[in-house]
Amino acid sequence: MTDIWAGLEAAFWLIVTLDSDLVEITLRSLQVSVTALVFASLIALPFGTWLAIRRFRYRRTAIAVLNALMGLPPVVVGLIVYLLLSRSGPFGVFGLLFTPTAMIIAQVIIITPLIASITHQAMRELWAEYHDLLISLNTTKRQRIMTLIWDGRRALLTAALAGFGRAIGEVGAIMIVGGNIDHATRVLTTAIALETGKGDFALALGLGFVLIALALAVNILIHSLSRTEQEGRW
Amino acid sequence: MSLALSKGVVKRRGKVILGPVDLALNAPDITIILGPNGAPKTTLLRVLHGVERLSSGALTLSKPDAQARQEQAYVFQSPIMLRRTVRANLAYPLELIGTAKPVIAQRVETWAERIGLADALDRHAPRLSGGEKQKLALARALIREPDVLFLDEPCANLDGRSTREIETLLKDAHLRGTQIIMTTHDLGQARRMASDVVFLLGGKVHERGAAGRFFVTPETPEAQAFLNGDIIE
Amino acid sequence: MIRLAVLMWLALGGVAFAETMRLAVTTSFHNSGLSDVLLPVIKAEIGLEVQLLVVGTGQALRLGRAGDVDAILVHSKAAEDAFVAEGFAPYRREIMYNDFVLIGPAHDPAQLAQATSARDALKRIAAAKAPFISRGDESGTHKKELVLWDAAALEVSAFDPWYKAVGAGMGASLNTASAMGAYILADRASWLNFGNKTGLALLYAGDPALFNQYAYLPVNAVKHPHVNAAVAQALEAWLVSQNAADLINGYSINGERLFSFNAQN
Repeated sequence: MTDIWAGLEAAFWLIVTLDSDLVEITLRSLQVSVTALVFASLIALPFGTWLAIRRFRYRRTAIAVLNALMGLPPVVVGLIVYLLLSRSGPFGVFGLLFTPTAMIIAQVIIITPLIASITHQAMRELWAEYHDLLISLNTTKRQRIMTLIWDGRRALLTAALAGFGRAIGEVGAIMIVGGNIDHATRVLTTAIALETGKGDFALALGLGFVLIALALAVNILIHSLSRTEQEGRW
Repeated sequence: MSLALSKGVVKRRGKVILGPVDLALNAPDITIILGPNGAPKTTLLRVLHGVERLSSGALTLSKPDAQARQEQAYVFQSPIMLRRTVRANLAYPLELIGTAKPVIAQRVETWAERIGLADALDRHAPRLSGGEKQKLALARALIREPDVLFLDEPCANLDGRSTREIETLLKDAHLRGTQIIMTTHDLGQARRMASDVVFLLGGKVHERGAAGRFFVTPETPEAQAFLNGDIIE
Repeated sequence: MIRLAVLMWLALGGVAFAETMRLAVTTSFHNSGLSDVLLPVIKAEIGLEVQLLVVGTGQALRLGRAGDVDAILVHSKAAEDAFVAEGFAPYRREIMYNDFVLIGPAHDPAQLAQATSARDALKRIAAAKAPFISRGDESGTHKKELVLWDAAALEVSAFDPWYKAVGAGMGASLNTASAMGAYILADRASWLNFGNKTGLALLYAGDPALFNQYAYLPVNAVKHPHVNAAVAQALEAWLVSQNAADLINGYSINGERLFSFNAQN
């Protein structure tokens, strides 16, 4: 219990004094995860929507695969990305290993299936509702996708935020491909792992509370958004 | 626009549920498709609109395909509202075809007036009452001034007042040149509105004729039984 | 406004103004805290930003083989010799040494305090079947541990479950030892700098068999032409300089010196 109090105290001092290391790694955490979120969303949102409205032979298989990919263990993704980006690997020439870019790549791979799957489920529902009307109005495929995305934007935002939550708390993959290098690729989660390994539990907990606060803020955001859904506003 | 269905057949799970049907519909009628439940009126309507595929036979339109679809509209028995405001719902069909913004704004105002929802333009459409939704669906269907308007039992779930408002709007549209093809099981409504009747029974057109003649002296005993209010199959 | 925000965003990605190189080091070295002392001085004096990848010796060697780092600093002579023999480094350069120590529960059930040698200490642990945490991760510490068991004529594969291989770094393994009240072999520097000593104590040290040599190996620029060989040279030169010697010898925790500089020019 004393450890936890020490952790709360450490968190308090870190935040109140705006500790420069804390600020740096928090910003980097956000940079990596938000960038990953943007790229993942650019892929997953249209793809999930398209999958909801397109009929083709292997559709069920594609959906099953997509849902299965959600269960990809992040650390395995990290290992594979590492092998791909390593100098001895196929993409070594780009020199991406141990940079924030490598971390972003790994996180995009991890969260895209999640965002796409949630998107697909939400869009399926909406498409079932709009189907007859949009067909009757002679809409093009593109018009259908745009209409679904706009009218379903709250659900899509929820999907994106879910992806963000997964990314910001991830540690296994980015530890391997990022290397947790001080002032270069260290983020909140990897710093927590490091400080725990050093036995400095107070600092690790302090960082942990900052991360919890971030994750909570995101979740509260999701919650308040889904409430406006019920009120029918926005 | 005239529509001609020749030897149209629709099969579901191997069974023929509609057809063979030969039917020609011309402007400027108000054609009412009558029949017991499962006639199947809705399927025939959807076939005529082109959203239900024929298993065999052909549908010919007097205008080329792509254009033809543009000039048609369909109102469903349960109105489908976009999860947007009333204004946005009305504007949507016009936005789809790239109508200029000022034109859209003006037409939206006009139609909102006509259906009595002028002060409700910013309300969230899914939260309107049943009657308001159906009026909105109708206005949305007519806002592109289609050649042909299909309606599937539009007043089935509405009260008397809403029904009257809808029928007035339909008659106005007809006067302005829109051809109307409608299904209903409300005989009173059929008598009020129809100029042309298609009596569908067992998947086939059992009788066809001008409304005046049909309601007074139907040709077939089944049609007579139906008009008497008997249950027929 | 958006452009400004984007620029700031990109800038945070860590634009290096100095020369940078990547050095893989062992957790033992990093956990000692010495790198926190040396790195800023290196940056200030030769304008070199050393990016540390803190991994086990096994992974450090792997990174060196793959050419993902410019040099490595590890402490496992046998593995280093093999690395050089395979041509992945032109040579190994000894920099400094410290010693390994045996840590264990303060009440010392295996009575290590009376041990006469490292071999004897390990025999006592085995005899008492006292819980023992092994790094189990092919690190320098792990390899040293296996050598010591061998010298004591004890067969690791025949051990009962009192012997636990955790496959983790030095700090994480010490955490486990602390939580379990177990014995563990650690390097002195990591132990001294470790923040969670509750229930643990240093029980045996001093046997020459526990000698721990750290060496620097630049990655072979012929095998991996993209490595920053010049910069790796510069770092090596600094590490064997008098300045480095002073800093390394002068680094202490609670008055106890952690490393002894022994590089030869």
